[in-house]
Amino acid sequence: MATTITSDAPVGIRPRLDVEKIRKDFPALHQKVYGKPLVYLDNAATSQKPQAVINAITRFFTIENSNIHRGVHYLSEQATKAYEDARNKVKEFINAREAREVVFCRSTTEGVNLIAQSYGRNFLKAGDEIVLTAMEHHSNIVPWQILCEQIGAVLRVAPINDAGELLLSEFEKLLNPKTKLVSVTHISNALGTINPVDRIVEMAHRRKIPMVIDGAQAAPHLKIDVQKLDCDFYLFSGHKMFGPTGIGVVYGKAHLLEAMPPYQGGGDMILSVTFEKTTYNVIPHKFEAGTPNIAGAIGLGATIDYLAGIGLDNIAAYEQELLEYGTERLASIPGLRLIGTAKKKASILSFVMDGIHPHDTGTILDREGIAVRTGHHCAQPVMQRFGVPATARASLAFYNTKEEIDALVTGLLETRKVFG
Amino acid sequence: MISEISDLYQEVIIDHSKRPRNFQVLEGADRKAEGYNPLCGDRLTVYLKTDGDRIVEIAFQGSGCAISTASASIMTSELKGKTREEAEEKFKTFHQMVTGARSKDWEEKLGKLAAFSGVSQFPVRVKCASLCWHTLKAALEEKKETVSTE
Repeated sequence: MATTITSDAPVGIRPRLDVEKIRKDFPALHQKVYGKPLVYLDNAATSQKPQAVINAITRFFTIENSNIHRGVHYLSEQATKAYEDARNKVKEFINAREAREVVFCRSTTEGVNLIAQSYGRNFLKAGDEIVLTAMEHHSNIVPWQILCEQIGAVLRVAPINDAGELLLSEFEKLLNPKTKLVSVTHISNALGTINPVDRIVEMAHRRKIPMVIDGAQAAPHLKIDVQKLDCDFYLFSGHKMFGPTGIGVVYGKAHLLEAMPPYQGGGDMILSVTFEKTTYNVIPHKFEAGTPNIAGAIGLGATIDYLAGIGLDNIAAYEQELLEYGTERLASIPGLRLIGTAKKKASILSFVMDGIHPHDTGTILDREGIAVRTGHHCAQPVMQRFGVPATARASLAFYNTKEEIDALVTGLLETRKVFG
Repeated sequence: MISEISDLYQEVIIDHSKRPRNFQVLEGADRKAEGYNPLCGDRLTVYLKTDGDRIVEIAFQGSGCAISTASASIMTSELKGKTREEAEEKFKTFHQMVTGARSKDWEEKLGKLAAFSGVSQFPVRVKCASLCWHTLKAALEEKKETVSTE
């Protein structure tokens, strides 16, 4: 990759973020751990929350707290409005045609399970094939394996190259008349690879195969436009995009969601119930059984507002700058090997060091106040592909700085010293 | 260097992690067990040759972090010739040490194994240090399934 340290680049070439100002919005960033200023580089696991999100959740529980879609009283009306406003914000955020194409769930993981169990169990049969890639997170593997066990469908896995890029021609070869679903990650959590999802959708749709995109890592970094992508399903989680945990989104094209049976039964997902017959509610409510995570949805709405204020394009440009700087700095460390060197990458730096296990690296960095993830990142097939038991991973967000990358480099040189 | 880090990664631990002793498949082993730590992917097999209740030979193989590799290396060095009861007693004391029990004479009680006293300041690393011991216990008890630290 051609890298330039862009700190000296003339102002105005790229949109600039006022990172110091942004950092003030995130209270968790301003603490010390083990007496050192926190350097939080574990954003692909979960991100920190801006005060605006914390305030929105606090305000809900302090003032508006009530159940939704059922009360005639004032508070219930307020809560219902806030919850449905959040749905509209998500619709705008991903440019869905209609708000009813936005289903709230717990997380991306629950979203994959919803599609596997509701769509997969009803529209796939024995012998049908589901195509994934070799860079999927366990959450985009295991729900499909469960489905395959239930109905006798078969998983096919498209290979990746040594840089961690999907081999598109190999992927296309896997598509055949038995292929009934494709599910691919937008950005790999372990490698940082940005997949060419637009071309993948096109390949799948040319053969009339529906397409699921796991957007858990993409939502905090890229502008998503589900109409332009034309994908059939798109999934993401609130907590990785500076929102609360326990809230996620399934976007699905309306005609597909309408054709699908409910995922779970319970209150709010019905129109009428007798012991003889139950009529289900319309979408999206058909998929939102029981009292949902109302505060979580409102918090997600607040994080969407916050991100809109900064601009996803500005975020992506700044993070690319960080990624280039980090890639160059890490390359200067003797015996360090980056795992995941795709040409199109998000700000994820996964690496191993000669003779040092990532877990030991993680412990030493931790005592320097630096939070990175070490392990298999819930992507064991990726680790197997690269022949490593684990990696250390620094995943950057728009509130990270070049100084923090410098701190990481100093910590890694310290690690090198410990192990001689 | 931060003092807790130098307490954890003592010279003897770094040495054993880089050049693990008894690191081989033990030909003619009459007992063996596999251990797995899903948190970091550490995997190891402990092999034993026993005579009644006595450990005549002991070896291990696998891959893991510095703490788990050094722990298995030093454990196997310390247990050659010991009885099952002595080994279990050592594990008990070792476990007390790494989980933070206080004592001034770990070295007297545990010999070289006392090098792992620094682990008590790193609760998430206790599993790394104790994986080989859990695996040893399973081998002594002739358990068939892989031991997991989870």
